[in-house]
Amino acid sequence: MAAGAASGGSATTDTYKEARTWLLMPAWVVLLFLSLAPVAMMLIYSFLTKEFRGGVIWEFSFAAYDQFFCDRGLFGDEGCTFEWTYMTIFWRSIWQAGAATLLSLAIGFPTAYFIATRPENVRPLWVFLITIPYWVNLLIRTVSMKFLLRDKGPLNDFLMSIGLIDSPLHIINTNFAVQLGLFYSYLPFMVLPIYAAVERYNFSLSEAAADLYASKFTTLWRILLPAVKPGVIAGCILVFVPSLGSFLAPDLLGGAKNFMIGSLIEEQFKGNAGNWPFGAAASMILLSLVLVILLIFARQQAKAEKAEG
Amino acid sequence: MTTSQAVAIDVRNAVKRYGDFTALKKISLSIKDNEFFTLLGPSGCGKTTLLRMIAGFEDVTEGEIFLYGEEIEDLPPNKRPVNTVFQNYALFPHMTILDNVAFGLEMRGASKSDARTQAGEMLELVQLSQFSTRKPSQLSGGQQQRVALARALAPQPKVLLLDEPLSALDLKLRKAMQLELKHLQRETGITFIFVTHDQEEALTMSDRIAVMSAGEMQQLGAPTDIYERPHNMFVADFIGETNLLEVSVDGIAEGRAVCHLGGGHELTCNALDGINVGSKVHMSIRPERLFMSGEPEKDGSLHGRVKENIFVGTDISTIVELDDGPDFVVRTSNSDRGNKRIFEPGTEMFVNMELGAARLLVD
Repeated sequence: MAAGAASGGSATTDTYKEARTWLLMPAWVVLLFLSLAPVAMMLIYSFLTKEFRGGVIWEFSFAAYDQFFCDRGLFGDEGCTFEWTYMTIFWRSIWQAGAATLLSLAIGFPTAYFIATRPENVRPLWVFLITIPYWVNLLIRTVSMKFLLRDKGPLNDFLMSIGLIDSPLHIINTNFAVQLGLFYSYLPFMVLPIYAAVERYNFSLSEAAADLYASKFTTLWRILLPAVKPGVIAGCILVFVPSLGSFLAPDLLGGAKNFMIGSLIEEQFKGNAGNWPFGAAASMILLSLVLVILLIFARQQAKAEKAEG
Repeated sequence: MTTSQAVAIDVRNAVKRYGDFTALKKISLSIKDNEFFTLLGPSGCGKTTLLRMIAGFEDVTEGEIFLYGEEIEDLPPNKRPVNTVFQNYALFPHMTILDNVAFGLEMRGASKSDARTQAGEMLELVQLSQFSTRKPSQLSGGQQQRVALARALAPQPKVLLLDEPLSALDLKLRKAMQLELKHLQRETGITFIFVTHDQEEALTMSDRIAVMSAGEMQQLGAPTDIYERPHNMFVADFIGETNLLEVSVDGIAEGRAVCHLGGGHELTCNALDGINVGSKVHMSIRPERLFMSGEPEKDGSLHGRVKENIFVGTDISTIVELDDGPDFVVRTSNSDRGNKRIFEPGTEMFVNMELGAARLLVD
C-alpha cells in the first residue's frame, strides 16, 4: 500500500514536471531564438570576411574590427593609428540620444504628472490619447515631421503668420531636428513608466512636505522626484537606448552631416554596397557600449543607495 | 486647561462644498490656547475636512479661519505655523528617521547641523534615538507613529493637528499612545486638535469635544458634558452605550417630565425646552445608571424579567424585558455579583434609576 501511494505521488510529480517544461517553452523560445541567437549570429558575422556584393564568406577575420578602430592610410598598408571617424559618429550618436532623452524627460515628466493627477476614471483616456500617434508607422511619422519642419513647411508658415519670426527657421538637417525626431519617436516610452510611478506615489507625502514649510519646488525636488526615480530611470533608458541605434530620424531629418551610428549600421546591410561583417562589428560595439553605460549607471545607483541608507 | 484663555483657532461660519455636495455646513468654533480639542464623529461627518481646512490642504468655500487672531484661510499650507500628524504617517520613505524629523526645521531655515541636533532631541523625547539612522520602513507601526509625532512637533508649531493618528495601532498600543499624547500635550503646551471616530478615545484624551455629524456640529463640550448630558439623539447614540426609547410626555413640572414608555410604565425624565405635554420624543438612559432589585424601590421602579446576561469582563450587561414594554439594557459592575444585584435569566425583578438619569433628547 505504502509503495503504491509513493509511486502514485511520484507519477503526479512527473506529470507536473512535464507540464511545467512545456508551459515554460515560450520563455525558452524567446530567450534562445529571439534574444541569444541573433546576438550570437551578429557576433559570428562580425568575425567573418566580407563578400563584395553583400553577405559573407565563411572565413575567420578581424578585418571588420580593424576597419573600425584602425586607420591604415589610403592604401591600407600602413601600421594601425587610431581611426576617429567611427568614434566621432558614436560620440555624436550618444550626444544626440542624450539630448533627445533630456528633451523627452523635460516634456514627458510634466505630461505624466498631469495624467497621474487627473481623476481616476479619465486617466486611461489620457494615456490612450498619448499613444494614438504611435499607431502610425514610425517611418510615416518621421517623414511627416520632415514636411512639418522644412523651411516652407507649416511650422514656419505658422510662426511667420503670427509674426514671431520674419524669415523661416532653418530646422531641418540640423542636430536639433534629429533630437526632435527622436523625442517624438519615443515619447510614450518616457511618459508611461513615469506615469506608472507617479500614479503609485502617495500624495500625502507632498502634503506632509508642504505642511513642514517646504515650497512647491522643494517638494518636487526632495520628495516627489526621489519617490518616482525608478520610473524616471526606466523612461530614460527606454528612450536613450533605441535613440542611440535609431537611423530613421537621423537619415530623414538630420541630413548627411548628422550621420548617426544607426545609419552607419543600416548602410552596411543595404543593397550591394554593404559590408556585413563591419555592420555586425559596429552593432557589437554599440551593444557593448550600451551595456557598459547601463552597468556604470547601475553601479552608481547602488552606491548612492548604500550611501543614503 | 491652564489659565490662559487666548483663542488659538477661531473658525467662523466655515462652509466647504464639493460641487453640489456640502461637506461642512457653516461651522463656527473657538479652540482655546493650550487645549486638547477633539473633533469626533463617524466617517464622512466632515471632521477631517475641517482639520484639512485648518492645515491648508482644502480651500475654504465660505467663512474665515483665524490662528491667534491672524486670518489664515488664504495662506498655503507651508505658510501656516501649524503641523499635521497624518493618518498614514506620510513619513518620507527615502529619508532616515533623523532626516524626516529634521525636514521641517531645515525648511524653516535652520542649518542642516542645527536641524539634526534639534531633531535628535525630539527623537529622544519620543524615545526613538536608537533608530535615527533607519528608514521608516524598518520601523513598526507604533514607532512610525511616534516619528510622525516628533516630525510634526519639531518645528514647534502653534497648533498641532492630528488626523486619526492612532487608528492603525492595535488596542494596547493605542491606549498607551493615548496617554503619551496627552502627556506630551501637557508638557509642550501646544494646542492639539485631534480628529477621531473613536468616542472612547475622545472621552479619554480631550479637554473639549466637538461632536460632528453630516457636516454639522451636534454638540460642543467637555467629555463629561457630552456623555452625561447629550443634547440630541445623535450624540446620545454615538457616545457610549445607551437605552434610546421613544416616550410620550405626560406632564411637566419643575424641570421634570413624566414620560410614558408604553405598557403602563412611567418614569421621571429631565425636561427639555421646547417639549410640550403630549409630544412624542426620545429619551436616553445610560445602562450603568440603572440598577435591578428584587423588591420595588420608592419611586419609578419598572417591573420586568431578565432575558439574558452578557459577561463583558468588568461588567455584566443584562437585557431586561419590561411587562408589555420595551427592552432595557442594565449594566452592573462585576463586583456587584455578590450583592445579589444580578439576577438569573427568567427572574422577575424591578429596574430602578437615579433621578436625573433619564434625559429627553432633541431629535
